[in-house]
Amino acid sequence: MLAEKALDLLRELQRTLDGSLPPYNEDGIRQILEEMKALFEQNQKDVSATVAGENGLFSGVQLRHSALERNKRCLLAYLYNRLEQIKKMRWEFGSVLPPEVKFNMCEQEVQWFSKYNKMLANYMRSIGGEGGLDLTQDLKPPKTLYIEVRCLMDHGEFETQDGNILLLKKNSQHFMLRSECEHLIRQGILEHIVH
Amino acid sequence: MSIDGSNYFDINDILSTQQRLPCKVEMPIYRLGYLDSSSESEHLQPGTKLELPFWMARALCSRKRHIVSVDLPKQYKEGYREIFSADPTMVDLHKLGPYFYNYGSQLLQFELPETPDVAKSLLQTFQGRLRKIMDSSQNCFNEDTSKLVEKLDESERILFKEGQQALNDFQCWETRKTEKLKTSEMVKNHRKRKRVVLEET
Repeated sequence: MLAEKALDLLRELQRTLDGSLPPYNEDGIRQILEEMKALFEQNQKDVSATVAGENGLFSGVQLRHSALERNKRCLLAYLYNRLEQIKKMRWEFGSVLPPEVKFNMCEQEVQWFSKYNKMLANYMRSIGGEGGLDLTQDLKPPKTLYIEVRCLMDHGEFETQDGNILLLKKNSQHFMLRSECEHLIRQGILEHIVH
Repeated sequence: MSIDGSNYFDINDILSTQQRLPCKVEMPIYRLGYLDSSSESEHLQPGTKLELPFWMARALCSRKRHIVSVDLPKQYKEGYREIFSADPTMVDLHKLGPYFYNYGSQLLQFELPETPDVAKSLLQTFQGRLRKIMDSSQNCFNEDTSKLVEKLDESERILFKEGQQALNDFQCWETRKTEKLKTSEMVKNHRKRKRVVLEET
């Protein structure tokens, strides 16, 4: 059936949207574009035949045209939903994406991500007075300035704002500024301890 | 709905418009005989019956053009409508759907003689089932809900999930768990996947 490949592409995308980005399916997209090209050429042929005086080709043109539009919709949806996912990842993973995710992005997506990053950073710098405002911080209302955290994995040395160096070693516990460690908690390196 | 194009990019909407429905060809369609796998002919002749995906049928059958005529899929026909009106809570809509409501409301665009009845039946089925869905989403905490969710249509599943989420959030708030900072869900899922990949290789 027509436009079947485009649907496979979307199904593949939908299956993996919960925590990762599937590889950019260049091959699949090429096949769809080829199908579209073939449909378009056939339509052109039929249209010029109709202009030349042949009758009754209209229905076929209509059918192929609907398949063209369908393919277009699927392709655009594929690209759009991937972009949305990448955008979401910026907020979940932070400004640096894990290498496996980056590996699955196409060239244009990498460019888009770095532009998005830049725009977001510029915007956050422009609001909230002098030092800007980090929108990715304090997703929940903070209750205390300092919190107790435990390391879930070896992360190496970490320099705090007042110049001290903490060694973030697995299972070690620290008392840190909330604003400094919130990102590390979101990324699963630290665990927040509540008594 | 895609009628106004507002969810043009929605994957679920695209998947739901892929379902096939029985059509009858009314005008000859030249050189597209390969769409009907049961015949050898090069063209689609008038009177041929075949199943077309919704999006294609929609383009070929409207008030302006009448290249094919469509019929309702069986799960929206009278026989099934009677079952729905008897006891909507017992039906496995996922098997009949999985986008039962979404697809059903799209079918209304064809303006068949049965359309008003289908619309009414969709609404009543939904109303009849909503109460049970909401009830169970609010009451089976820490319980296996897979049996129950199995029979729900995709949009009902979303409702059910929302209900459970709300209950969960409320309990967290009651036990003062909301102040705890947590690892983001996406990062967690990503880790899990990575682990699976590592174990496989």
